[in-house]
This record gives sequence, structure tokens and C-alpha cells, in this order.
Amino acid sequence: MQTQASKRQFLRTAGIAAVAAIIAPRMAGASPADVAAEIKKLYGDKKIESGRIKLDVPQIAENGLVVPINVEVESPMTAADYVRSVHVFAEKNPLPGVISYKFTPEAGKAAASTRMRLAGTQDIVVVAEMSTGQIFSTRAEVKVTIGGCGG
Amino acid sequence: MAGNMGRALISLPAKAKRGDVIEIRAMIAHPMETGFRPDSQGRLVARDIVNRFECLFEGEQVFACDLFPAMSANPYLSFTMRADMSGELVFRWRDDSGALSEEKRRIEVE
Repeated sequence: MQTQASKRQFLRTAGIAAVAAIIAPRMAGASPADVAAEIKKLYGDKKIESGRIKLDVPQIAENGLVVPINVEVESPMTAADYVRSVHVFAEKNPLPGVISYKFTPEAGKAAASTRMRLAGTQDIVVVAEMSTGQIFSTRAEVKVTIGGCGG
Repeated sequence: MAGNMGRALISLPAKAKRGDVIEIRAMIAHPMETGFRPDSQGRLVARDIVNRFECLFEGEQVFACDLFPAMSANPYLSFTMRADMSGELVFRWRDDSGALSEEKRRIEVE
């Protein structure tokens, strides 16, 4: 039993390594540091708070080509206090950016859904900027079983 | 419409009550070529994605977004609008080739 389990473990590891070797060259240039750099480019050293953002992504995505993502930010959405923009980043895609939403008070809610491609298991990072200048951020991991980068 | 820009599908209620926040769904047929995908000869297919979407109500922007290659093919977007009065909505998509697609819908608010 012991050897069976370790054999299975070995095959699983080998399988993951093989897939990673195929996908890795296409993922060159992307890392969590790139996402951090993008956020710094947008907001400099401003304080980033947690909370307010509801990020809805599947824990496990079977198909990395079509991964649903739903973002909603708590806000009164009045002329004086609304969500100006929401940026979505993927930490291990070939490029960090996924989508940047621009909201207005006329939207009534700061809520949007779409579908994205994920090259592999990674964290999705969402940053929301309020009209008041406050910035909020959250993240969630999506496990991808088949990559979405032509692989 | 030229090149990769295809048909657009828009779904929103035809009527709404004043003050209601309605959901709008918009999708356009587009391959969203990432620029990272090799063709059968192994050469990379040039990037061509829908990079901008806008929704305007009576000429005023309600919602917009910048899209990146991580967006799925045939990009789908769902967002909201507060229905304050009857009027015309304009939906606009633009891709890397410069192609534009525009759709219009009316909403009656009572």
C-alpha cells in the first residue's frame, strides 16, 4: 500500500512537472511582482485597505479558457461617493492585466461579471478606487486544471 | 465592421421602474487573439483583441472597461445601470485593428 501511494504521488508530481514544462515558456514575464508593480504604477504608495470588495471566482476551474469572475464593491454610488474604477489582475498569466472597469454613479451599483483566461493555478487580485480616494484590494486563488494560454 | 469583429448580443429589460437598478449583458463575437498563440506553422498569431467597451445613456458614459488579452474569446460583460428616465443606450466596442462596432437600444422608464 505504501509503495502504491508513493508511486501514485510520483506519477502525479511527474505529470504536473511535465505540464508545467510545456506551459512555462508561454508564461514567461509574469509574476506576482508584476501585479504589485502595476498596482504601484496606478496608486504609488497610497494606503490600500481590505474589505468592501466581493470577489466571486470558482475555487477550481476545469477550463482555463473560460473562467467566470464576478466583482461587486460596496458603495452608495452617489455623485459624492462612488466607485471610480476596478482593476482585475492575474498573477501568473503572460500579462498581469485582465480587465479594468470604469464605473459612474449612473451605474447604480459597482458590479460587473465577465469571463477570463487563466494560464494556470494562480491568485486573482482586484483593486478598487473610490471617488473619495480610498483604495481597497482583495485576492482569491483559482486552481486551473487545463491552462487557457493556447495550451 | 471589419476583420475579427463579429455580431453583438445585448440583453436588457425593455421597461423598468424609475430608480430600479437594471442588469445589462453584452457580448460580441471576437476571437480575442492574445498574441501568444502559435499557428499551425509555429508562428505567433498577431494580437487582435477588443480593447475597449463603452456603454452610454443619452450620450453620458454609464460604464466602460479596458480589456486585456486575458479576456476570453467572445467577450461577455454584465453590468448595471440605474433607470432614471427613458432614453437611448449606445454600446461600443473597439478592437486592436481599429474596427468599431456600435449597437443602440431603447429603454422605457415609467
